[in-house]
Amino acid sequence: MVKFTVEDHDGNRQEIEAPDDMGLSLMEVLKASEYPVLATCGGMALCATCHVEVLEGEDELGDATDTELDQLENLPEYFPTSRLACQIRISPLMEGSVIKLRGEDN
Amino acid sequence: MITTDICIIGAGPVGLFAVFEAGLLKMRCHLIDYLPQVGGQLSEIYPQKPIYDIPGYPEVKAQELVDNLMEQIKPFKPTFTLGERVDHLAKQSDGSYIITTNDKTQVHAQVIVIAGGLGVFEPRKPALEKLDHFEGKGVTYMVKNPETFRDKKVILAGGGDSALDWTIYLSKVAQRVTLVHRNETFRGAPDSASKVFDLANEGKIDLILSANLKELGGNGHLNTVKLENKSKEEITIDTDYLIPLFGLSPKLGPIADWGLSIDKNAIEVDTRDYSTGVERIYAIGDINTYPGKLKLILCGFHEAAIMMHSAFKYVYPDQKLSFKYTTVNGVNSF
Repeated sequence: MVKFTVEDHDGNRQEIEAPDDMGLSLMEVLKASEYPVLATCGGMALCATCHVEVLEGEDELGDATDTELDQLENLPEYFPTSRLACQIRISPLMEGSVIKLRGEDN
Repeated sequence: MITTDICIIGAGPVGLFAVFEAGLLKMRCHLIDYLPQVGGQLSEIYPQKPIYDIPGYPEVKAQELVDNLMEQIKPFKPTFTLGERVDHLAKQSDGSYIITTNDKTQVHAQVIVIAGGLGVFEPRKPALEKLDHFEGKGVTYMVKNPETFRDKKVILAGGGDSALDWTIYLSKVAQRVTLVHRNETFRGAPDSASKVFDLANEGKIDLILSANLKELGGNGHLNTVKLENKSKEEITIDTDYLIPLFGLSPKLGPIADWGLSIDKNAIEVDTRDYSTGVERIYAIGDINTYPGKLKLILCGFHEAAIMMHSAFKYVYPDQKLSFKYTTVNGVNSF
């Protein structure tokens, strides 16, 4: 299990615990935790409705991939550590990270 | 006014297959979708992605599935209103409905089927003060008729393919085109990107890179757009139009105002026939919810079959429905 923190649109933070051995994506865990993430395309990095900003832990989680950037670029606003939650695997690398929900879609 | 038996809101895979199930029961369908093409998110978001869980197809590309569905429903001659959003439902004294779109198209139907997927794909809007004030008064999110912009000053914002393509197109029509993009490079099609750089080098368009939209100005109609560049300097540009092109995102839209029971952006239905709490209105596919719901195309197909058998009583109140297999009766067109 890994623990990380999620900040919603209103700035409320909550610690989330998720299994790191089930091949889950961060998007799936956010949805399962009842966060309002649309995830229109279901996790194919094709819609950018699971836009998050990595506030802490960006070095461990790495930069957005090219496919993510293709989508992020289309958004009215994104940030240097923006990612698509569907492209972040729940792994030990996430331990202690802080993730902020972004985008008017969510 | 268009008259039909069943009006299907949403022309995605489930809405399209619903036409087939209705057709077997001799019920005619009209479909309305806000996207300019049929297929819903399959055609709009992932046309070339393979789908592996359609029974009988080990693998099928999303667009191919849509094309096949269109072929399958051809015998039942469905009619379409595309690029329009259903805004209003009006119940008639005989129980039927008149549906009105944002472009004032009207459809008279005995039964309404909401197969709206995730809702209406609306343009994403930049966070700007007074944006809604200038919508339709200089701010527009799609180029419906390029002639609107002839000999006008136009600012486009965005870095995707549609921003590049429209910049190239409108450079031949508008008096002056300015493309504003937040980065130094484009991730869109390299061909289009180099064409845009060429146009800028030739002085045919203004290309403003590493800049963001900041403020809109104008008395009634849009007159100016203020930009801010990387070094926080502000630039104000005179313009007649601003076209922000930041992609589409699904919204539940007017469906939320039709008196249906909604839970987390989905319509609650009775699983006996996928009816909503409102008589003659059904909801199938990703837009409905019930205990055990799975958002799968194949589940939507199942819901369409059951739902149409239930709707039969409203279209043919004096007839008794007899269940028939296509293997026995074939597909009888009308």
